[in-house]
Amino acid sequence: MLKQTIAVTLLNLRSIPQRWGMSLATVLSIALVVGVLLGFMAMASGFRATVDGAGADDVAVMLRGGAMAEMNSVVERNDVRLLEVAPGIAADESGEPIISAELFVVVDGIKRTSQTRANLALRGVGLSGPELRPQFSLVEGRMFEPGTAELVVGESVLREFDGFALGETIRLGSNEWTVVGVFSTGGSVFDSEIWADLGVIQNLYDRGSSVQTVRARLTSVEALEALQEYVENEPRLNLEVLSERAYFARSAGGTTNLIMFLGWPLAFAMAIGALAGAWNAMYASVDARTRELATLRAIGFGGFPAFVAAMAEALVLAFAGGLIGAVATFLLFDGVSASTLGSGFTQVVFAFAVTPDAVISGVILALIVGFLGGFVPALRAARIPLLAVHSD
Amino acid sequence: MTDASGLYELKNLSKRYTRGKETVAIFDGLDMTISQGDFIAIMGPSGSGKTTLLNLLGGIDRPSSGEVLFEGQRIDNLGQGKLAKWRAKNAGFIFQFYNLMPTLSAAQNVELPLLLTNLSGKARKDRVKTALDIVGMVDRAGHRPAQLSGGQQQRVAIARAIVADPKVLLADEPTGDLDRTTADEILQTLQLLNKELGKTIIMVTHDPAAASYAARELHLNKGRFEEKGKA
Ligand SMILES: Nc1ncnc2c1ncn2[C@@H]1O[C@H](COP(=O)(O)OP(=O)(O)O)[C@@H](O)[C@H]1O
Ligand SMILES: [Mg+2]
Repeated sequence: MLKQTIAVTLLNLRSIPQRWGMSLATVLSIALVVGVLLGFMAMASGFRATVDGAGADDVAVMLRGGAMAEMNSVVERNDVRLLEVAPGIAADESGEPIISAELFVVVDGIKRTSQTRANLALRGVGLSGPELRPQFSLVEGRMFEPGTAELVVGESVLREFDGFALGETIRLGSNEWTVVGVFSTGGSVFDSEIWADLGVIQNLYDRGSSVQTVRARLTSVEALEALQEYVENEPRLNLEVLSERAYFARSAGGTTNLIMFLGWPLAFAMAIGALAGAWNAMYASVDARTRELATLRAIGFGGFPAFVAAMAEALVLAFAGGLIGAVATFLLFDGVSASTLGSGFTQVVFAFAVTPDAVISGVILALIVGFLGGFVPALRAARIPLLAVHSD
Repeated sequence: MTDASGLYELKNLSKRYTRGKETVAIFDGLDMTISQGDFIAIMGPSGSGKTTLLNLLGGIDRPSSGEVLFEGQRIDNLGQGKLAKWRAKNAGFIFQFYNLMPTLSAAQNVELPLLLTNLSGKARKDRVKTALDIVGMVDRAGHRPAQLSGGQQQRVAIARAIVADPKVLLADEPTGDLDRTTADEILQTLQLLNKELGKTIIMVTHDPAAASYAARELHLNKGRFEEKGKA
């Protein structure tokens, strides 16, 4: 049985080029499905990686209780004072707590590729701001001078948007700024931001002395609990304290899920289309081989090898499609940077990441499409009437 | 009762088709005996049921009623799997349009029936070579059907039909698609298989010249046989 199954399967596979049009269409439609799925997965995992990369366990983020996102949070000057003396917060050489009160506003930038406007986060930070991003480094230029209209821009901003080259003057809203430095935080969300002095932003944007978030370096990962306890037991503070990692995971979750919830149904709908295509192609394949299959049966071959052979053809076409889809997605998208709305409705620039897991999912999806599309035609192959030996 | 030399015995064989409301009887109560070593030409007008009869003899179709006995055993009521085994062991088919696998070489085509046996790869190769030798196609063993003429393809098909050493060869218009000279060569080959190797051959043809190569001619007409003695 094995010998005849292998023989019929080889026979079948070798005849694929005779139906190259249909076969190619099947392969490409499956490749497209896998490409779409992997594209979305790459987007989701790239976004997650970017956001995860930004989160440290030994940095605490404090927002107004129930604010969920930075954008909706208000932290008053007095709150910041109380936090400066909180336990668990690390101090620098001169004994000052490493704490940064921050505020961001949304400004317009012009995207290089599309020449359209997109939102950017302009963040006001204190001098400890960089210290709270472990990967922070100045790539070019210098840090802004406190009290001046100078700004430093993240690498992604420089890459994706017009007008942020070092030394340039740029108008954001009604204010003129000078770009004095370019920084990198190692690919995290902050690379998509513009930083300036907190006091200057509070002034220009009429925020008085309030900020949105307070970031603090913890003495250790465990110190978070002490800080949380302090904030909870201090009646004047209504703040939520969480690790930066937890904070980013929470804000990324929504976007990642959105990408995936969009991606799977779309890939699924397209998979049904590809399934119909595969079904059709396999029917055509069986039809084209009717006389051959009947002849084999007349010689004494069983129906089962014909079934296996047709399934093998369907799965080979599907596998090829899956592989092409995966490789094409990898070549086209892996590492390509994209931007999407971050949790504050600002652009987060991230790189697509085509992960091995996603490739496996894609190939499995392709094989499922091949299996379902090939099954009924394969049954038909097994049931070709013997009298078809005389057909032409 | 089967006599010793009776390879086939057809008993009260009927085959009917229903077309719409109408039932058409191709044969009705056909009886016949075919002896071991016979070379029979079945002739008759188009639509007289020659192919149908061959299908019944070859176990690729079943009668509406009656019995087909082969070496005294009924084959008309064998299950699908048993019938397939019976065909693999006993019957070699030769078709008008050769029915070779286009993607396989001549040798690979000829090898197909041997894949159903327990022969080793080496034994299969030897058998294939012998079969191709008998039909004079050894030097074309590596050619694919598209690279062969019609006559050459039919030779390969004959090699495929004999390679597993079946008792009977069933040929449906084997020269129907060939010119006279090529047809004569094919018919000489069949005659040789009958005379030298003792193969029983049942050949359907509407060509009297082709039929003349057979030892016995049967004319099928309106579901009955008329035997014509040979000069
Ligand atoms: N599967 C079938 N269904 C209905 N009628 C058939 C079928 N096969 C053959 N016939 C009819 O049976 C008759 C005999 O056919 P066939 O054996 O092919 O004749 P021949 O080979 O002598 O030309 C024809 O009239 C043909 O139309
Ligand atoms: Mg016929």
